[in-house]
Amino acid sequence: MQVLDATHGRDILEELVEVIVDNRQYLSDVDGAIGDGDHGINMAKGFRLCGESVAGQSLSLSKALGTLATTLMGSIGGSMGPLYGSLFMGMAKSTKDKNVLDAKDFGEMLASGREALEQISDAKVGDKCLLDTLVPTIERYRDAVESGDDFSQALQALRNGAQDGRDSTLDLEAKIGRAARLGERSRGHLDAGAVSCCLLLIRLADSTENRLEKAAA
Amino acid sequence: MQRIINDPDNVVDDAIKGYLHASPSLFAATDHSRVLKYPDSPSDKVGIVTGGGSGHEPAFLGYIGAGMCDAVAIGEIFSSPTADAFLEAFRSAPHEQGVACLYGNYAGDNMNVKMAKQMAEMDDIEVKTVIARDDVASAPASERDKRRGVAGEVMMWKIGGAAAARGDSLDEVIRLAQKAVDACSSIGVGLSSCTIPANGKPNFSIEPGHMELGIGHHGEPGIEVAPLTSAEAIATAMCDPVLSDQDFAGSEVAVLISGLGATPVMELNILYAHIAERLEDAGIRVHRTDIGNYFTSLEMMGATLTLMKLDDELKPLLDAPARSLAITQC
Repeated sequence: MQVLDATHGRDILEELVEVIVDNRQYLSDVDGAIGDGDHGINMAKGFRLCGESVAGQSLSLSKALGTLATTLMGSIGGSMGPLYGSLFMGMAKSTKDKNVLDAKDFGEMLASGREALEQISDAKVGDKCLLDTLVPTIERYRDAVESGDDFSQALQALRNGAQDGRDSTLDLEAKIGRAARLGERSRGHLDAGAVSCCLLLIRLADSTENRLEKAAA
Repeated sequence: MQRIINDPDNVVDDAIKGYLHASPSLFAATDHSRVLKYPDSPSDKVGIVTGGGSGHEPAFLGYIGAGMCDAVAIGEIFSSPTADAFLEAFRSAPHEQGVACLYGNYAGDNMNVKMAKQMAEMDDIEVKTVIARDDVASAPASERDKRRGVAGEVMMWKIGGAAAARGDSLDEVIRLAQKAVDACSSIGVGLSSCTIPANGKPNFSIEPGHMELGIGHHGEPGIEVAPLTSAEAIATAMCDPVLSDQDFAGSEVAVLISGLGATPVMELNILYAHIAERLEDAGIRVHRTDIGNYFTSLEMMGATLTLMKLDDELKPLLDAPARSLAITQC
């Protein structure tokens, strides 16, 4: 059975920071079409701060995700601070006492993040928001695990779900956030939160897959 | 961009420094760089906290002071303050009698206040909220809970602040602030866009020769784009949806006309001359009128109209003394 050694927290976190910082301008451009155009600026600011605060430390996955959550909640405000903050906090809580994660634990981590996010926001799938990426991603991953896929195969299902989820926002009419004021005019544009969520989930899948190892017998 | 700034990413912090230098009798720093408090708030009253994105100056910080708010959480431009900032504002305001957090209906503010409120419970600080929803253009009256908060927030702070200053309980402050919000109907009109310095390009566009009726404080699209003709036509376009939102006929009102940042105050008075005529024709008595830049949107051209229906309970609170950057009266 494949497992993830949960002591690699800082390395995985640094890769999440990297994907957001590298896409700062792209995310702002996506947001600029129907929002304020500051999504990349704010996300990159929060993730960079977090990257700086953990440099050189040895962290479990739970600690790393918890640090990311509190940094985002404390530094970026807006809607994304609380949304991503609660998502990562939920993930951190579910992995708290784990030294290794198997495919099922990983799915529970994602589900716990979703649960925390839904406690703070009334947003739903179809509102044109990051949940449009997150929810199908979690479901595709869970279905893959339940149908007997191994960890690697399930991570591929996760990537596919994230991309499809992101792309689903193209034709949606925004129901929440600033773009909601645009109504019909928000169609034809991706949602910036759904895009950043897709980037993060795919990088999380990549980072995890690169570190999978055979469980000790 | 023709702007007086340094690093566009630091405009909020740079501006806070200026406010602290300019008005030490109104603003004191706190343990959080994005929270300011009024230094002389008595500790035995209900605390009044507000907060929101920057770019609306003098809102939100211009409304802390005597008889007004006690602490303010300051966000990035057009972006909610963090939950940490709201929490520190609750701690910095008088809180033994509880805290009334009075803010506007925006998704980010709602989430951050909710989280800060939960965190404040761990400190045994009781926080209750009133969420301003006075923009008639943002949703019909039947869906009032979806409406945005705009310049009616100023009335909410004034009423809530005066109630707290005279020693009202938290529940009473909340009741009156809610009553103030419910009594307000507002609408904006935009004549040009605005630019967030860190973005460097206009947030949206309004074609020359046009105006957008019902525009939001961040450029949220309004209900109609129409040719820009005269102040008289703008006054009519603004009065119609406001006057039909509530039954104002025969009652006494307070009127607030706020510029959106780049419209000369002189033009706000030109606009008001026509609004005053319309109110008179509708049989509405004006108790007081305030005209100026009370709640802006960076350098947007345009104005908002807020009408607040008064009664014997709200009137003395509105007229009670206050000292703040935006409102000072004896």
